[in-house]
Amino acid sequence: MSLTAKDKAAVTALWAKVSGKADEIGHDALNRMLAVYPQTKTYFSHWKDLSPGSAPVKKHGKTVMGGVAEAVSKIDDLTSGLLNLSELHAFQLRVDPANFKILSHNILVVLAILFPTEFTPEAHVAMDKFLSALSLALAEKYR
Amino acid sequence: MVEWTDAERTAIIGLWGKLNIDEIGPQALSRCLIVYPWTQRYFSTFGNLSSPAAIMGNAKVAAHGRTVMGGLERAIKNMDNIKATYAALSVMHSEKLHVDPDNFKLLADCITVCAAMKFGPSGFNADIQEAWQKFLSVVVSALGRQYH
Repeated sequence: MSLTAKDKAAVTALWAKVSGKADEIGHDALNRMLAVYPQTKTYFSHWKDLSPGSAPVKKHGKTVMGGVAEAVSKIDDLTSGLLNLSELHAFQLRVDPANFKILSHNILVVLAILFPTEFTPEAHVAMDKFLSALSLALAEKYR
Repeated sequence: MVEWTDAERTAIIGLWGKLNIDEIGPQALSRCLIVYPWTQRYFSTFGNLSSPAAIMGNAKVAAHGRTVMGGLERAIKNMDNIKATYAALSVMHSEKLHVDPDNFKLLADCITVCAAMKFGPSGFNADIQEAWQKFLSVVVSALGRQYH
């Protein structure tokens, strides 16, 4: 299910509209992930505060969306473009890749909430494919 | 048996009360057929599914979306007994319709996205999303229960 030219155009177009709110999107997606999928909290036991609005959650939302932005800019070759991030996740963070799907889902939910007009079914399928491809690239160095 | 907190029960029933099933049913099913096109395999008798516009304008898709939400209503009305309530439906989806149970989750996710679009940041906050997705995961599990 690789990204077609049409998918890439749709993702780039949607990103142009939503990137201004990237920090907010990341923050809200993380909040929802921690609330709806409590098993994800296991990765953040080193944070003092996991409640919505807390500083570490906010900061990490920003970090995550920075990664998404980088992926958009490297959409033509995600595997090589995200090599460093993949090594980070594979060797240091060792996040189970099943969780990439979970966070992706919550990013899509937040996009639907904040951009109900722009998040058409066509934009939705392109974004879902993109986040899947991103997740795959992130898992590249795992084994 | 599934344990629902009072907060979860309130959130789920509250959300359901504000949904228009004639609206969200067609929306969610259309979105599922568009975002996960392999799900179209179960609807070969539905006519033109060749493009998002065709899917969104398809009367059979719309009607079936409403049917699906009617099924969900039974779960809402029997929240403490969803597994038993859905036993026959599960058998039907397995034996008669031959639907891969993975697809139930895909449709559930589309229902979630449509609800999120409708209710926005406060109407669909993290706590409400948690309760709603818990409800849908119980439904999905019950629908897949009788497969063998």
